[in-house]
Amino acid sequence: MRKLFTRRPAALGAAAAVLALTLSACGGSSGGSPSDSAAAGGDAPYTVAKDVSLTGSPTFDKIKSNDKIRIGVKQDQPGLGFKDAATGEFSGFDVEIAKWIAASLGYDKSKIEFKPIPSANRESAIQNGDIDYYVGTYSITDKRKKQIDFAGPYFVTGQGLLVKKDNTTINSEKDLGGKKVCSATGSTPIQNIRENFKSATPVEFETYSQCVDSLKSGSVDAVTTDQAILLGYAAQDPDNLKVVGQPFTTEKYGVGLPKGDAALRHFVNKMFTDGKDTWTKIYDSTLGTSGTKVEQPSVDDYQ
Amino acid sequence: MSTLLDNLDLFTEGFKNTLILFFFSAIFALILGTVVGAMRVSPVPAARAAGTVYVNLVRNTPLTLILFFFALGYPKLGLPQISFMVAAIIGLSLYTATYIAETIRSGINTVPIGQAEAARAIGLDFGQTLSLVVLPQALRAVIPPLFSVLIALLKNTTIAAGFSVMEAGSIRANLSERGEPAMASLLWVAFFFIVLVALLSLLQRHFEKKWKVAR
Repeated sequence: MRKLFTRRPAALGAAAAVLALTLSACGGSSGGSPSDSAAAGGDAPYTVAKDVSLTGSPTFDKIKSNDKIRIGVKQDQPGLGFKDAATGEFSGFDVEIAKWIAASLGYDKSKIEFKPIPSANRESAIQNGDIDYYVGTYSITDKRKKQIDFAGPYFVTGQGLLVKKDNTTINSEKDLGGKKVCSATGSTPIQNIRENFKSATPVEFETYSQCVDSLKSGSVDAVTTDQAILLGYAAQDPDNLKVVGQPFTTEKYGVGLPKGDAALRHFVNKMFTDGKDTWTKIYDSTLGTSGTKVEQPSVDDYQ
Repeated sequence: MSTLLDNLDLFTEGFKNTLILFFFSAIFALILGTVVGAMRVSPVPAARAAGTVYVNLVRNTPLTLILFFFALGYPKLGLPQISFMVAAIIGLSLYTATYIAETIRSGINTVPIGQAEAARAIGLDFGQTLSLVVLPQALRAVIPPLFSVLIALLKNTTIAAGFSVMEAGSIRANLSERGEPAMASLLWVAFFFIVLVALLSLLQRHFEKKWKVAR
């Protein structure tokens, strides 16, 4: 029994090869190309302002001294905030809104540094000053307002459902009993499912794309999150996916700003209020390509 | 404090599932680890080879990948469906068992060879030698590293949060969506982990005292 360890380089080598094969098979989540690169072209519906003066905004002072603007965005939401893996370009509705704000502050595309930041780290990124502002499906809530400030809302959506195209049993949130419903780990939609739709089985993955992959493979029955995000996925793969029902919650997207920077907040709110045409053009060139028409929500310029 | 009290539902649910993951994974890992450790010192070449391949294959694979396979790959194989909790327990057990096996094997190596020879001389077979003579002595030598492995397992359970198990690792994501400050959430989760690890350390000391050998 002392013959403990016989060296078998051949066996180990074979094992390593098997492992490598398994790994390469696992990494098959292909990120589709964004369907709406129109807005990324040269004909932006906004112009870069010149000689902007904004007094009393520490954020703007910092942007000026850095001579660049750092914006937090999402990178995995087609139609809203999406990073093209090949070119590294960001595109989508949120990204265009972010560029619009930058342009109003006098900074064009070349001076923007986009930082992809996942939901859970948004407040800390703003509080620590890693980014100047955040535009990425950021719902305005009273709790969050204690840590940061919001400009906007610039978009209103609500929790929706994404199912397979050939699914006829799930037509609204009322049909979720006994179904597996997937969303991002800990996200508000999955907390809502866990608390208010007790007959449904919540499934949580790190990213929405994992949920969408599981939906396509049939291991979950529906994906739930803000309908705007789901429309982006449906637009990416209209042959296999569809959005059903009406939004059953209300989420108002705002621009996350450092707490207390009222000057910048009023500036961005004024830009939204005065820029109805620009907003519509941005919407039509990104989310609106799916054919839906939406009105710009009125801004809540709280004091 | 309000971060904890306002969200007690999350903390209880999260740590309850963490403990379930830990207990079942620990039990299965200890059983499997002991078996594999025995296989690696057994007189049967095939068993030794199997044990070696298993330990080196699984131990060299990141835990995230193992859980990824059981949570996302396994359902596509067409085998009986398992819940994500069970998938996580299987993944954690298989992974931790490799470390347990190596710990046990190092314990076996501390038992003087004369013990095994004497056992064989009085007619015990390999299984009896191991279970009656060698393992009881080996186990008490490896209590500290064994508990290190268990503590690592406790902390490793948080990886299951990424694979649809609502446990302590996903508390922060939930709290962040509820608008709680990230630092307070993380500190509370860390605090409870420190308490759990402290309990394990106490247990370790208890066993060390109980099985102390005068040398």
